[in-house]
Order: sequence, then structure tokens, then C-alpha cells
Amino acid sequence: MEFVEKACVMTAADMNRVLTRMATQIVENNPDLSNVILVGVRRRGVPLAETLAGKIKEMDDVDVTTGALDITLYRDDLSTVADRPVINKTELPSNITGKNIILVDDVLYTGRTIRAAMDELIDFGRPHRIQLAVLIDRGWRELPIQADYVGKVVTTTEHEIIKVMLPEYDATEQVLLVEQKKV
Amino acid sequence: MPFKHKDLLGIEDLGSEEINLILDTAETFRDINQRQIKKVPTLRGKTVINLFFEASTRTRTSFEIAAKRLSADAINISASTSSVVKGETLIDTALNLQAMAPDAIVIRHPSSGAPHQIAKVVNAAVINAGDGAHEHPTQALLDAWTIRQKKGRIAGLKVAIIGDVLHSRVARSNAHLLTKMGAHVVLAGPRTLLPLGLDKIIPPAAGTIGLAENVEAAIKDADVVMMLRIQMERQSGGFFPTLREYSIHFGLNRRRLEMAKDDVIVLHPGPINRGVEIDSDVVDGPYSLILDQVNNGVAVRMAVLYLLAGGD
Repeated sequence: MEFVEKACVMTAADMNRVLTRMATQIVENNPDLSNVILVGVRRRGVPLAETLAGKIKEMDDVDVTTGALDITLYRDDLSTVADRPVINKTELPSNITGKNIILVDDVLYTGRTIRAAMDELIDFGRPHRIQLAVLIDRGWRELPIQADYVGKVVTTTEHEIIKVMLPEYDATEQVLLVEQKKV
Repeated sequence: MPFKHKDLLGIEDLGSEEINLILDTAETFRDINQRQIKKVPTLRGKTVINLFFEASTRTRTSFEIAAKRLSADAINISASTSSVVKGETLIDTALNLQAMAPDAIVIRHPSSGAPHQIAKVVNAAVINAGDGAHEHPTQALLDAWTIRQKKGRIAGLKVAIIGDVLHSRVARSNAHLLTKMGAHVVLAGPRTLLPLGLDKIIPPAAGTIGLAENVEAAIKDADVVMMLRIQMERQSGGFFPTLREYSIHFGLNRRRLEMAKDDVIVLHPGPINRGVEIDSDVVDGPYSLILDQVNNGVAVRMAVLYLLAGGD
């Protein structure tokens, strides 16, 4: 698939600033950080959760537990996609009952990924509370799901795609608004 | 790499990349088997029929647990309680099951090729759980995965397969799989139970396959010793004089095992005839991974069900 770049939504500096602000908000809203687990949704939510944990450590000198969630097996569109998607590992602390979970993902779009993530979390235990942190909220929700911490709200059309690029997976660090090239 | 097959009938049809995909997928399913709630909603609404025309504890239970942990509905049919005893043909049984729209049919049958016949007439994914003396692909996959977990690789390993190779679908599937993955397979057993030219049935692959002079030669410096069950139900041909004599010449005991590499692992597809093809102290000893194999079987079958029955 080829993409046409339409706009740069965030530079690396913007992302850093926004993530610092989100980390601050998380600290403000969660007085007991020892009970918090930052759970990244694979793939790009995972490095974002690590970044947030790093910033909280800098600010408050607290080590927040992190985890990673692969929601493939909980997707609601599995039987309609052509090839079986590759499944990655879910890594969570052994017991999440009573914890304050903060799900972290790069883009909030239809809300279906977060629905799947919540179902999966609940199979691991009964968290006290689940919150949601996303770098970009691009609208077009298909489920009643909202984020507690949002990096930036971006107005998009249905055909546009938000590409969050992180050094862990991409050559650069930025957020782009792109559109599939018409053929 | 996507998995493009409708059915899993044998290892012979798979490439090494596809084998690796199944094993990697099994890796992620292993975690689910260690959770408190050992269930994911992945195959919710799908139906898996276990159609067993031969006795089985491990394989049938393993497939049933695998299906249930993926939230599929599993139905077990054994030949003795089915309309087969009233004279229904295999194809008619299959067509009738097909009419109830299952998503996968797992079949074990005493005749080689039975799953292939069924696969031709049904839309459901057909998974071979052992057909006669032909193939038992999920057993070979779980064996390979057990080896990979312990050794970190399969390529370059010396694997001795010992016993009743002639009647063994496990040996055949393993011979295909291990040579595709680059292992060096050595077969040993009574001459009467070694099929002539098995080394020629296996197409040229990354690894090698050959016959050993005797059991000791096969075990010498082996990384893996895979013992096969003496198939009491298929021994009417007078292949060897007595079980006691078989045990003396071909059984795995501690003395023979000492000839293998220091970090050798011992596999057996089960059920075990203790004191016949393998001594009890080896079965229960530190090199034995026989129960690990059973444990791994569930995740491997979950992977196969996910890859074959996950679509619409």
C-alpha cells in the first residue's frame, strides 16, 4: 500500500511534550502509584507505556509496573480477515485483581481494540479500575468508549490514516496524517 | 507468512516456514494454558467434531481441551457408539456431519488416507489425528516443538527413532518434519519392523534420514531418542518372537541411554508399554520429556485449530 502524506500532526518534540503532560495527569489522578499498572496494547502501545513509566519515574521516583497486551485472540473481526493474524505475547503481572490499570495505545479510532483489551484484562482478574491513555484520538468511534488521557485530538475523514511512528518500530519519531494513494 | 491450507492431513504437505508458523503460534497459546482462566474467545461459535475410529486418550482429550480453550464447541464421536456399527460408510458419515455445518473435523482412522477422503467431500477443515500407518501430523509438531524448546533448534540434531517404525504414523510424520527442519534422523528396530526404503519415501530435504545397524549405533551421540510403542494391536504378523526378547534387543534402558549425548532428551508418543520398549526408570528419569510432550500437545492443537478454523 502506498500512502500520500497530508500533514505532520506531531514532531518528536511535540510527542515528548504531550507524553510528559499525560504522565503528569496520570500522577495527579492516581495518588497510589504502587497500585497502578501501565498496560500497552501491542504493538505501539507498548513502547508508549514504557515511555510514560519512565517519565513518572523521573517526576516522582516511583517504578510503575508495566505490561503488554496482545488482543488478537479477542478481536471481533477474526473470522472475516483473510489470513490468521500472527499472535504476540501478552505479558501481565501475575495478579491484576484490585489494580488500577491504565491501558495505553497509540490511536483511539473505532474503540474495538479497547473493547477487546478490556475483555482480555478481565480474563486475567478483576481490576479495581481501568483507565485509557492514547496519544491520538482521531474520532469515528463505533463503541461507547472514551479516553481518560489524550495526547491530541485530530479531526480526520474516514479514509485518512494516522501513522504513529516510534523509534522502536520505525526509522523516525513523529505522527503523520496520511491517505491511501488512489490508483 | 499466512497459512494457506484448508486441512492438515500430513506433514508431507507442509513447508518448513509453515511448520515454524505453527510452532511459533503454539508458543503464544502455551501462555493461555498457564493462566487462571484458560480460555480465550477466539473460536466462539465454531464447532469442532472429534471423529475417532480408534482408541485414544491423549490425542482426543488434547483436541477437545484445545477446542474448548479457544471457546469452540467440541463434540466427540467414537466409532463404537456411532452409526458406523450399523454399516454406514465413511463418506456417508462425513456427509452427514457436514450437513450439521461443523468448522473442523478431527479424524482418527485405522485406514491410511481416510482423512484425505473426507477432506474431499466436506467444507470443514479436516485435521488428521492419525490415519493407519500413514501420518499423525500434530504428534510430530508437538514432538518438534518439545525438541525446539529444550534444544533451541532442530537443524543439525541427531534424532534416533527406535522401534516399530513399520506401523508407526508417528515415525513417518516425524521423519518428514525433522528432515524438513534439517535434523539427521536415524531409524533402528527389528528388521521386520523397518519399512524397506523409508529413506527413499522421504523427499530430499535439508536434513538426512538413514537406517542404523543396531539400536546402539542409533543411540550413540544422539541428541534426541524417540521411542515408538510396540503396537500390540498390529502384531499378528510374527514380527518378533516375544516381548521379552524385543525388550532385551531393542528396549531403551539406562545402559543404552548412556551412549547418547550428555544432554539427550527422551521422547515417546504414548501410550507407553513400560518394560517393553522403554524401562520404567528411563520413563520416570531426568532425560524423559514424555509428559512435557503431552502438555505441549494442547498448545500445538490450539495453534492448528486457530490457523485452520479461525476464518469463516
